[in-house]
Amino acid sequence: MIILFGVFLLTLLVITALAIVRTDHLFVAVILTGIFSLLIAANFFLLDAADVALTEAAIGAGISSVLFFSALSLAPEYERPSGSANRLLALLVVAVITLIVVYATFDKPRFGDPMAPVHQHVAPWYIEKTPVYIDIPNIVTAVLASFRGYDTLGEVFVVFTAGIGVLFLLGLPPRGGSGDGSDASDAGLGLRHYLIPRVVGRFLIPFIFLFGLYVQFHGEYGPGGGFQAGAIVAAAFILYALLEGQEQALRVLPSGVLLGLVSGGALLYGGVGAACMVLGSSFLDYSVLHADPVTGQQLGILLVEAGVGMTVVGVLLIIFHAFAGRKSR
Amino acid sequence: MEFLGLYHYWVFAILLMVGFYAVVAKRNLIKKLLGLSIFQSAVFLLYITMDKVDGGTAPILQAGARNQVFSNPLPQVLILTAIVVGISTMALGLGIVVRIREEYDSIEEDVIEERDRS
Repeated sequence: MIILFGVFLLTLLVITALAIVRTDHLFVAVILTGIFSLLIAANFFLLDAADVALTEAAIGAGISSVLFFSALSLAPEYERPSGSANRLLALLVVAVITLIVVYATFDKPRFGDPMAPVHQHVAPWYIEKTPVYIDIPNIVTAVLASFRGYDTLGEVFVVFTAGIGVLFLLGLPPRGGSGDGSDASDAGLGLRHYLIPRVVGRFLIPFIFLFGLYVQFHGEYGPGGGFQAGAIVAAAFILYALLEGQEQALRVLPSGVLLGLVSGGALLYGGVGAACMVLGSSFLDYSVLHADPVTGQQLGILLVEAGVGMTVVGVLLIIFHAFAGRKSR
Repeated sequence: MEFLGLYHYWVFAILLMVGFYAVVAKRNLIKKLLGLSIFQSAVFLLYITMDKVDGGTAPILQAGARNQVFSNPLPQVLILTAIVVGISTMALGLGIVVRIREEYDSIEEDVIEERDRS
């Protein structure tokens, strides 16, 4: 039954993807991308990946749509039709590669096969040893923050670098920004004139924030962790900025604080790793952080996840402000 | 059942190529980025499809439950971080598009090329 539901969702996914590519109205395409993200998140959930589904729903359907809309507000809404010779060649190439990839899938292990090579390598070790070494219920968090802490550190630095890159390209809106309040008033006020979004939004923001904190600190016990929590908290602040205007949002959370979050999170992660070295173990081996190795691991994971959450909130909000601030210039 | 066993991979192949088509055939830069994000999602789907074990459940230990079958946590970890990295790089791409729009007053590739030539 579940597999039929999966097939249904996957078919919808293909239809949505085709619609995204076919439409020439970019606004519609971005809305469809949000739907696409929600569908694929539902798929991830069916495939037992609760953490990934949570991340995809928060990031793909929420924040990425907002970013695309901010970019669209600076660009024309319609795309111009392109030449047909180009299109035929591309269609041919795409069709041939699709056939090759589909042909290659016949060698793949069948869906859900427990004997597939992926399940034979390190994964059983992770599942077996998580209760022994780390003793937290969520194996995904254990692998993410402890067993493969290096990977995650690298990813945090990639996010950090992307944030810095956007700052270089677009820059943050100037502090205060009230010098030319007259022409910035339209973009700066957000949805303040619209009663219903404002009332409903204000009601929602504390709950989104609370949920973000829950996801952050409950990540060791259920689906969640720094990446998801960062995205959810950032979504709460973005909603606030959309409702109350960017100036007000920057007054509540100034850009200096955001920059501090971005670098502070990455530093916290790296710092925990360095502290482990100082205490006489290898980089990111949290066992030495406490007299009891298991408690040490749990403490390390808590700190590292906090670092991830800080960096993700900071980078996503900086990116949002960089795009939104462009409007009023 | 044989057909269903590979359906996920076929959807992966189709999504991958739908995204790729948008990247190569469309001339609008934002459309290209949307295509890239479809391409990216297809890869995510491939990884997450491989983590599923028959009769398995999400890899979260439950106190008291014995002999549970868990799906593979490793691809989930990889993709979880990849999604966040994906949005960051997408934002970087959008930032470049916005700068191009400001310099060239267009986000259509052919117009930009024309401006460059003249």
